[in-house]
Amino acid sequence: MTTTESRAAGRKPAQIVDMSWDPITRIIGNLGIYTKIDFANREVMECHSTSSLFRGYSVFMKGKDPRDAGFITSRICGICGDNHTTCSNYAQQMAYGVKPPKLAEHITNLGEAAEYIFDHTIFQDNLVFVDFCEAMVKATNPGVLARAERTHAPRGDVHGYRTVADIMKAFNPFEGEVYKEALKVSRITREMFCLMEGRHVHPSTMYPGGVGTMPQPNTFTDYLSRLMRVIDFIKKAVAMNDDVFDFFYEALPGYEEVGRRRVLLGCWGAFQNPDVVDYRYATMNEWGRAMYVTPGIIVDGELVTNNLIDINLGLRIMLGSSFYEDWVNEEPFVTHDPLGNPVDMRHPWNQTTVPVPQKRDFEGNYSWVMSPRWYNPQSGEHLALDTGGGPLARLWSTALSGLVDTPYVKAADGTVRITLPKGETLPETTLEWRIPKWSNTLERDRARPYFIAYAAAMALQFLEEAMGMLKSGDTKVYENFEVPDESIGCGFHEAVRGVLSHHLVIRDKKIANYHPYPPTPWNASPRDMYGTPGPYEDAVQGQPIFEENGPDDFKGVDIMRTVRSFDPCLPCGVHMYMGKGKTLTTVHSPTYGANHG
Amino acid sequence: MTTQSATTEAKASNGFNEITILWISEGMSCDGDTVSLTAAGQPSIEDVVLGLIPGLPKVNLVNKVLSPSLGGEDFLAPYRAAARGELEPFILVIEGSIPNQNIIEGDGYWTSFGNDPDTGEPQTLNSWIDQLAPRAWAVVAAGTCATFGGIHAMAGNPTGCMGLADYLGWEFKARSGLPVVNVPGCPIQPENFMETLVWVLQHAAGTAPPPPLDHMLRPQWLFGKTVHEGCDRAAYYEQADFAKDYNSPKCQVKVGCWGPVVNCNVPKRGWMAGVGGCPNVGGICIGCTMPSFPDAFMPFMDEPPGGTLSTMLVKPYGAVIRRLRGLTNDVVNHEPKWRHNKRKLTSGYNPYWRA
Ligand code: SF4
Ligand code: SF4
Repeated sequence: MTTTESRAAGRKPAQIVDMSWDPITRIIGNLGIYTKIDFANREVMECHSTSSLFRGYSVFMKGKDPRDAGFITSRICGICGDNHTTCSNYAQQMAYGVKPPKLAEHITNLGEAAEYIFDHTIFQDNLVFVDFCEAMVKATNPGVLARAERTHAPRGDVHGYRTVADIMKAFNPFEGEVYKEALKVSRITREMFCLMEGRHVHPSTMYPGGVGTMPQPNTFTDYLSRLMRVIDFIKKAVAMNDDVFDFFYEALPGYEEVGRRRVLLGCWGAFQNPDVVDYRYATMNEWGRAMYVTPGIIVDGELVTNNLIDINLGLRIMLGSSFYEDWVNEEPFVTHDPLGNPVDMRHPWNQTTVPVPQKRDFEGNYSWVMSPRWYNPQSGEHLALDTGGGPLARLWSTALSGLVDTPYVKAADGTVRITLPKGETLPETTLEWRIPKWSNTLERDRARPYFIAYAAAMALQFLEEAMGMLKSGDTKVYENFEVPDESIGCGFHEAVRGVLSHHLVIRDKKIANYHPYPPTPWNASPRDMYGTPGPYEDAVQGQPIFEENGPDDFKGVDIMRTVRSFDPCLPCGVHMYMGKGKTLTTVHSPTYGANHG
Repeated sequence: MTTQSATTEAKASNGFNEITILWISEGMSCDGDTVSLTAAGQPSIEDVVLGLIPGLPKVNLVNKVLSPSLGGEDFLAPYRAAARGELEPFILVIEGSIPNQNIIEGDGYWTSFGNDPDTGEPQTLNSWIDQLAPRAWAVVAAGTCATFGGIHAMAGNPTGCMGLADYLGWEFKARSGLPVVNVPGCPIQPENFMETLVWVLQHAAGTAPPPPLDHMLRPQWLFGKTVHEGCDRAAYYEQADFAKDYNSPKCQVKVGCWGPVVNCNVPKRGWMAGVGGCPNVGGICIGCTMPSFPDAFMPFMDEPPGGTLSTMLVKPYGAVIRRLRGLTNDVVNHEPKWRHNKRKLTSGYNPYWRA
């Protein structure tokens, strides 16, 4: 809940209007946000998040050859399909007991780095930032735009814009300079991706056991030359984003409450360390902690664990508001993990998906998304973790753990320092991301360009190592394996917008059970069986409204900013359905604010 | 191969000066075709929308990603107007497999696009297609899901989904006389899609004849050849020099490549701007453009049936092999029988413990 004490005082009689946004574009299609807004007190009272698409991957994968899993699961997502392939290969490698050659890990990491740079750039600059561009601010907070025109941009020496309003103009859709440049960058970075993984978005050269990418000198120099072409763009993007988000806090006091939730962040780690990873379950803690983005669960600012085995065992898939039949009374597939720890019936290894199409009912079942939660043994709570849109959780977790120490990226003392080399116009630059005070809309957005820089910096290291291996003649990229009769595996990875896990059970050399959990079900989940709302619902519910428009010409920009800050897959479209904007009820509820802190 | 559109009596069009593209990605898709589209540079979608390509009508693109609209009813307005017959002409682009709503008993839906304004209930994709397809000047299926059903229509699926032509009927004709224009690919190769769209737009402007399509309604110039015919590794094939695993630059037919019988130009063309691809850069061809995708090609990493035979015969090569390949090519150019719009689910899905 984001309501502050001061707003609880002096409340006016509520004037509640039903407002909804449907469809919101996201990768598995169809996301809708349904709210009740109190226009008298300018705050969101209630929020439901619903998805209206079912396709059934975990259903139709049963009985298939497990080696096909990466090819199939790529098709879950049309923007981060490669993250699924990679995660699936991680899970399969555990199940088959195969460790790919080091060079294959570098190539995979380079593909993923290009993906992060591409996807975060097109999302932030062409989609998210439209909510902060001149045209949008003019339509929603004209007073703020006037102030932006008078406000000198502090980092103008880096990005070249004089005022904050000049930056906002550069992001105007189709016409703004940065908007157009970002589209071009998104093509160059996708070419980098294709050099490593063959095709975007569904890669062609990724296999369990390694890659088929031909490691030749030009494979890496073609990548490097493209990376260097975008390196200054990245430095500027960080500076522009910082200027605009700092300005928002200043121009709209209280804006930190927009989209603010309790700090409940999950990160499953990214970029394997080829020297450490062996994909065995028993050593997962060691190689998990050696990843170049550190996994971790953060509750109220504290690191609960960065051990992937603990993370794995705490996963719970809940129903409560979703269109499925429960599986809790069935035979479990996996009663104990390979170390002998008991595995819960609500764990993905034991889930069975049985769809039951039905009417949408906000009092009952209202979504095709289930509710993933993480059981915290310390507090006994089932936590509705969010991913902070990906980068926020990744940077937070890496900074808190302080384990990453490389030539270009170092994490220590609650910070992540990222060094980017000299580019065409800008000198070598070290950026510093610090753990913020809040887990809110602006910080989710701010983390994104920093993570673009992070991915670019790590790519430089992977390139150096890969070229070194190549030049020494070590060019093996694939290792053969046998599919065992019976086995289990799990893969942990970061899709662009956050946590991604794949859980696999093999029987008779076939898939007996397979459950992929991408970030969007975590973020977009509906209320679970305990009534706990999902992160979108929680972040929007109770948030203040700063937009100057009233119910009749309301655009909902503050709500759109919040939902988009989580990076709902194929983003852009928080499409507003005004529900005719009719006033539903005028409730006089003087005690409303009292228990609302 | 027959050229369906050429034999169709395309209505002599004097050409439109302006046309709207209504794009719906609320089929069962991953939205990867929309994402792929933004990778095209020859031409780019901005070029088309900003009028930089000569010979096209003015294009109003309505697509969630690229729409400058605020969204919601404002965003849906052109779709609603088109459904009422108040917006003409328009090209309907569908992305994603089409679910079979007929197998649902009672309430519920597999996928929807906005809400029905009268009832407030989710408006199904199927109801949109029913309203819009008969009024569309042309109908384009973007990606293998929309063309033939694709990954979500594989054996054992619970939704009974299918391709657009299965849903509308393969004899469906849009107002222009064009059948559904199928651009397969999982996802679409960016330039393949843009070229097709440009040709359809030129046809709409009256500056080009209808695009030539094959019997599966695919653009002939893009899908008329096999993967193999454009593959960098074909010389190894010819010398019967085969890769034994994925470490090798040689022909991959023994480690799962279906190139010899798959219709697709990606190895020749690369993935974007000539970069990437499939067998040419170390990825086996899994037949993602084909009507029988994915079932006929799985398990993907095994040698295709007939691969041994055809590679043994590679030396006395010639007419025999062409005929054998022709047979396999025929097989993989057919959709599985469970893709239909009837009341029964025949995909083999069996929620074993519920029945
Ligand atoms: S790799 Fe595939 S497409 Fe290329 S020559 Fe071999 S079989 Fe043909
Ligand atoms: S070469 Fe094969 S796998 Fe690659 S895009 Fe073409 S059909 Fe799909």
